[in-house]
Amino acid sequence: MNATAQLDYLASLLKCWPIKQTEAQAWLNQLRMQAFDCVGTQKLPTRRDEEWRFTDISSLAPLTYQPSRPECNLQARDLERWYLKEAKHRLVFVDGHYVGHLSTVADPLQLTIGNLPDFVSSHAAILEFQLGRHAAFDRNIFTALNTAFLRDGAVICIPKNTVIAEPIHVLFVATQNEVTSYPRCLLLGEAGSQVTLIEDYVALSQSAYITNSVTEIGLAANAHAKHIRIQRDSPQAFHLASCAVSQAHASHYQSVSISLGSQISRYNLDVKLADEAAECDIDGLTLIADRQLADTHTCIDHAKPNGTSRQQHKCIVDGSAHAVFNGKIVVHPHAQRTNSSQSSRNLLLSKTAQVDTKPQLEIFADDVKCAHGATVGQLDREEIFYLESRGLSEVVARNLLTYAFAAEILSRIPIVSLKRQLEQTVLSRTRSNPS
Amino acid sequence: MIVENSKTILSVQGLRASIDGIDILKGIDLTVKSGEIHAIMGLNGSGKSTFAKVLAGHADYAITGGSVQFEGKNLLELPPEERARAGLFLAFQYPIEIPGVANTQFLRLAYNTVQAQRGKEELDPLEFDDFVREKMKLLEMKSDFLDRSVNEGFSGGEKKRNEILQMALLEPKLSILDEMDSGLDIDALRIVANGVNRIANKDNAIILVTHYQRLLDYIVPDYVHVMQAGCIVMTGGKELALELETRGYDWLHENRRSLSGASA
Ligand SMILES: Nc1ncnc2c1ncn2[C@@H]1O[C@H](COP(=O)(O)OP(=O)(O)OP(=O)(O)O)[C@@H](O)[C@H]1O
Ligand SMILES: [Mg+2]
Repeated sequence: MNATAQLDYLASLLKCWPIKQTEAQAWLNQLRMQAFDCVGTQKLPTRRDEEWRFTDISSLAPLTYQPSRPECNLQARDLERWYLKEAKHRLVFVDGHYVGHLSTVADPLQLTIGNLPDFVSSHAAILEFQLGRHAAFDRNIFTALNTAFLRDGAVICIPKNTVIAEPIHVLFVATQNEVTSYPRCLLLGEAGSQVTLIEDYVALSQSAYITNSVTEIGLAANAHAKHIRIQRDSPQAFHLASCAVSQAHASHYQSVSISLGSQISRYNLDVKLADEAAECDIDGLTLIADRQLADTHTCIDHAKPNGTSRQQHKCIVDGSAHAVFNGKIVVHPHAQRTNSSQSSRNLLLSKTAQVDTKPQLEIFADDVKCAHGATVGQLDREEIFYLESRGLSEVVARNLLTYAFAAEILSRIPIVSLKRQLEQTVLSRTRSNPS
Repeated sequence: MIVENSKTILSVQGLRASIDGIDILKGIDLTVKSGEIHAIMGLNGSGKSTFAKVLAGHADYAITGGSVQFEGKNLLELPPEERARAGLFLAFQYPIEIPGVANTQFLRLAYNTVQAQRGKEELDPLEFDDFVREKMKLLEMKSDFLDRSVNEGFSGGEKKRNEILQMALLEPKLSILDEMDSGLDIDALRIVANGVNRIANKDNAIILVTHYQRLLDYIVPDYVHVMQAGCIVMTGGKELALELETRGYDWLHENRRSLSGASA
């Protein structure tokens, strides 16, 4: 990417900064300022950056998509197809902006849940300490941009020893064409709490837009969080996202992230097991076709002893699409008795599909168990024949086997209606012919 | 049973097939009429499973000669799924495991596909569940096999039962059972053989591929064929199997050598 293009993109984005600040507190302004300054010291990554080696985002540079406008004419019926009957709490953001009349917050006494500006004063003490502290923006330009433009965002705090049985659905809807939106989530689980968060990116049209999202999750001792992330954007979209998780003693983080593709999508998941005996379970599924590019970079950072991490990532790649998985696992010198496993399994459905998968183990402790493996394959011809010999057409056989490959990941989604929706999506998305 | 004037279901003439340029089937002739049970025996590697898979339409084999008529249709022109829908069924010697596909989902999909082809009613999951459980009782199968992935982690004998369950569901015109007796214990053999006998009637036909008389005690064949090096070299009644059991295959070899010697 050339220097002018760089300037175009960043300059056009920053032109409209600072955004109008209403009752924002000084600490929040300061956070945005810091992030803004960080944007100034960074450049858009190119393939010369190790972290972006396989992912060429030069097509992003000439786009001068302005921040989305806070306008929303949507009614509940426009969004109902994505509503989940299991979710009692729902926060809806349209093009990154909170829409109160589409959101439902049941039982506000049980937990803190809502839109960031509503808590900036009342919860300043917690927010100042947490917001922007997990997702570092000094080394990630997209996180820096998101933070610089920070205004609305989902804030969810689960009090000590509170179990929220019903999942919380945070629905990010894209509607405007040629805009950039900055979704933001903060989930804090206090000691001994339990919660399930569904972070869901959907599009109402086939428009082109940039979603630049940041999620931060802080789990105190013994807190449990299940985090289901669904990226189902428009095929024209650019989706650039980061999630940073910090885990305290014996906390448990479970993540299932499903990427159904867009023009370019990138997801960075950084999980820090910051104290002893923390556990994380990370499952990912990428399902892409055509000329899509989907890149998942994860980093599981074992900072303290007795941590456990288990990771399984699967990619299903059709057409001339390109999937990237980079799974970094760091075990610090004193993080003894770490137990970590990682598996990357990839299914190529066409001759022109491509996958780059790379485990990246950085192990500095000696008493650790660390297993990892990666496979890349095609559908098994004998399995196809077996199904055909029972009367199933080749297309149905291939779909069923592709679905079966994905099913292991989908089965980890604890919300039945969402799982069904995604099963249908997978079954109908895999229609490629072998030739 | 041999039925007077019954219809020909399968007619194989001079069938030749190769894989990776190696000739495996070298001119097979076989006629199967409705109501009949045929057994095909022969040494390891003689081409029995190849013959079965060629009939089912496995794409790895190239047909290099001959013809196959199935119910009056040119079988070799049909893709495998249409052969199955037309009523051809192969119980595999080594059934494939398909992780992630629930057995019940697979069985129902197969059943409904074949039903639709026959213009018959398809079943929804609940209806199918009742239906399949009845069939499983015949084979004394535990119902938890329904929820597991297709054949995944099934024992050898359980896989064979699952094959025969599919046969019972799909009600084929012609079933080719490739070593359905291997891996079955004595009780299972009796149960599965009884199941097969209940499916057999005057309108369908069965080809049993086996090495053992034991199976043929339960499912009594009308014809026994011996395959050798890609050809059917001898055909007889059920007593031929008994003879093979006592004498092995060597004498055939001698026979054939002297025969070919005589013709030269
Ligand atoms: N891909 C292949 N390449 C070369 N030879 C093959 C291939 N597949 C099968 N064969 C050969 O074809 C021959 C027939 O095999 P087939 O499985 O049909 O035998 P079979 O009669 O069923 O034996 P068994 O009684 O052991 O089941 C064998 O010699 C086998 O090695
Ligand atoms: Mg065989």
